[in-house]
Amino acid sequence: MDLSYSPDEQAFQAEVRQFLQEELPADIAEKVRLDTDLTKDDMERWHAILNNRGWLAQNWPKAFGGAEWSAVQRHIYDTEAADANAPRIVPFGLSMLGPVLQKFGSKEQQDHWLPRILDGTDWWCQGYSEPGAGSDLASLKTKAVRDGDHYIVNGQKTWTTLGQFANMIFCLVRTDADAKQQEGISFLLIEMDTPGVEVRPIILLDGCHEVNEVWFTDVKVPVENLVGEENKGWTYAKYLLTHERTGLGGVGFSQAGLKTVKRIAKAANHNGKPLIENPHFAARVAQVEIDLHAMATTNLRIISQAAAGEAPGLEASMLKVKGSIIRQEINDLARRAVGPYAMPFASEAVEGANDRIPDPLDAGPVAGQYFNNRKLSIFGGSNEIQRGIIAKVTMSGGGQ
Amino acid sequence: MNFDLTEERQMLQDTLRRYLREQYGTARRNDILASDTGFSADIWNELAELGVLGALFTEDQGGFGGAGFDIAVVFEELGRAGVVEPILDSALIGGRLLAAAGKTDLVEQVIGGALHLAVAHGEPDSRYDLDHVNTTASDDKLTGRKAVVMNAEAADHLIVSAKDGDGIALYLVDKGAAGLDIQGYPLLAGGRAAEVTLDNTPGDPLGLTLADYEAANRLALIAQCAEALGAMETATALTKDYLMTRKQFGRPIGTFQALAHRMSDLLIELEQARSAVINAAGYADDKDADLHLSASKNLIGRIGRLVAEEAIQMHGGIAMTQEYELAHIAKRIVMADHRFGDTDYHLERFIALSAA
Repeated sequence: MDLSYSPDEQAFQAEVRQFLQEELPADIAEKVRLDTDLTKDDMERWHAILNNRGWLAQNWPKAFGGAEWSAVQRHIYDTEAADANAPRIVPFGLSMLGPVLQKFGSKEQQDHWLPRILDGTDWWCQGYSEPGAGSDLASLKTKAVRDGDHYIVNGQKTWTTLGQFANMIFCLVRTDADAKQQEGISFLLIEMDTPGVEVRPIILLDGCHEVNEVWFTDVKVPVENLVGEENKGWTYAKYLLTHERTGLGGVGFSQAGLKTVKRIAKAANHNGKPLIENPHFAARVAQVEIDLHAMATTNLRIISQAAAGEAPGLEASMLKVKGSIIRQEINDLARRAVGPYAMPFASEAVEGANDRIPDPLDAGPVAGQYFNNRKLSIFGGSNEIQRGIIAKVTMSGGGQ
Repeated sequence: MNFDLTEERQMLQDTLRRYLREQYGTARRNDILASDTGFSADIWNELAELGVLGALFTEDQGGFGGAGFDIAVVFEELGRAGVVEPILDSALIGGRLLAAAGKTDLVEQVIGGALHLAVAHGEPDSRYDLDHVNTTASDDKLTGRKAVVMNAEAADHLIVSAKDGDGIALYLVDKGAAGLDIQGYPLLAGGRAAEVTLDNTPGDPLGLTLADYEAANRLALIAQCAEALGAMETATALTKDYLMTRKQFGRPIGTFQALAHRMSDLLIELEQARSAVINAAGYADDKDADLHLSASKNLIGRIGRLVAEEAIQMHGGIAMTQEYELAHIAKRIVMADHRFGDTDYHLERFIALSAA
């Protein structure tokens, strides 16, 4: 039992830290620090800087142009990046589609699509959820019917994150209406500018536009855009969902968030003293910090198991549940810390609002963030679904 | 012991509930949210005509209510519909302060819906403390800065607190007064507020002190707790309906015990919140009023967070969208914790008052 990083890992940590100090653009870091929406250009700039260094596709094998980092290295990067206010890497092409193509795609698909993910030619988004298929994803209804060299796609996807920036979408579509739910699904790559594809914005409760509906009306998709075999899409989707396992707990985000809470609470005045010295508030902060200390170690234990090649177990579900609870608690502390100044609506959606809203605590839109991050326990398999998985596996045979 | 509303209050509740159900639906409210002024003059005038503003004042003051339960009845209904018009600040706090100052003619205009007010008390570093005022008054000229002043842009007059020698006094400031600067912005849960700076701005002394402000603040606490209760009722009703209609895995999601039990917990806590509002209104004139008000605001803050978060979680993604009713209602509930002292502030005040 040894809780410290190896000398190699320490050297890697120093290297990452130096890279972030030297290469992370200050304007982007400031936006991340204040939770301001990043533009497409901001995200593409940061991707290009990482790609230049060979650090963009951190989990890809070197053969495909990836960094092939170990789970521990990726954890180190995630922690340092969050601490430095680096933007998260947009995951759709790099963490989601990439590994699926590498495992199940044809040689032609790999040669064509993977380099375009790295150099930013394509911006991918994910077409999974539908209005009637959320937690019960396998009940999806978007239909693809084979017609010669094409599929004709009809249906609607929803919660498509950053779909407004995307030129490509990977979709789960139903290719066999008669098969058992999971067995009639295929994995299809669709160009967003194909006639019949329409993107409609969904504005979230904090005023942000980060998700969309994507509608398909008689959309013609060439058959070579089918990944793997027809009707095997569910297998690929499950692989995708379980592949990206490190970082699930969002430890780096929580650590950065806690720093923000303390900074605000030092600046906020409460009865003539800094709020951080108030016993009730200090106790709230300490409680979350104690939880986070433990979860960081849970996270590292799971990463070590993964590094040793052990099969993924329930830990991913556990990390997601606990990680979301901790992050949401930190968001709650931040809005409390700000006090009455949590009420102004600081949003890109309101023209000029950010210039007019005075922010003596330099806190950013903490209340908006509090509401926005309610999504953490909903998306990617809600916490209820994760608890169901944990219960089902540990008490198999006991039913639900 | 009698927990029934009087006939008058029952009528007020029925009338207001029916009016808001018919006139203040999600679409109408979302239009108001998106408007430049952040509130509807039509709604305001119609509420005045219905007697809703008059219910906030005693007969002596020219109204026909004014007690804790009158205020609770009105604000519970406003909360249920997610009303964003600044009735709490403009009519209740502002109006009752003017009534305390004996400004009968102005109060009459408030009750009629013609006069709009803003109350500028809190300052950038006062947080929730009522006695923290750095704005100064010298020869009835005011200088200082006031923070997150509700309805400042639309107000005809501002009621401004300032240090006058050793004490805190309240002044009536005309919206066109010299040296008055108002920087407005929208609020996350609807409506508008502003940063207000005063630079040697002339004010008319109202003859009121901090004690008068504290009295008005007690009414504000009742109103805010009742408003949050009404919003929680809507949040739980929407969630219950959704659990019974949304199907996943071939059955309504409310039939999953994991969700059914959580829904039951919300209903249990909602009754706690209802009792807390009754306590706040019922003990409004008690010698221990502040203790009861702090207890209520603390409980409403805790349960409000639970209800808002659980309602969103049990809905899933749909509740995260701005257009859906619950999104607005949840914001009203959580933002109520940022007014007149939050959960922690009132916990501390309760401890202090209990020990006294």
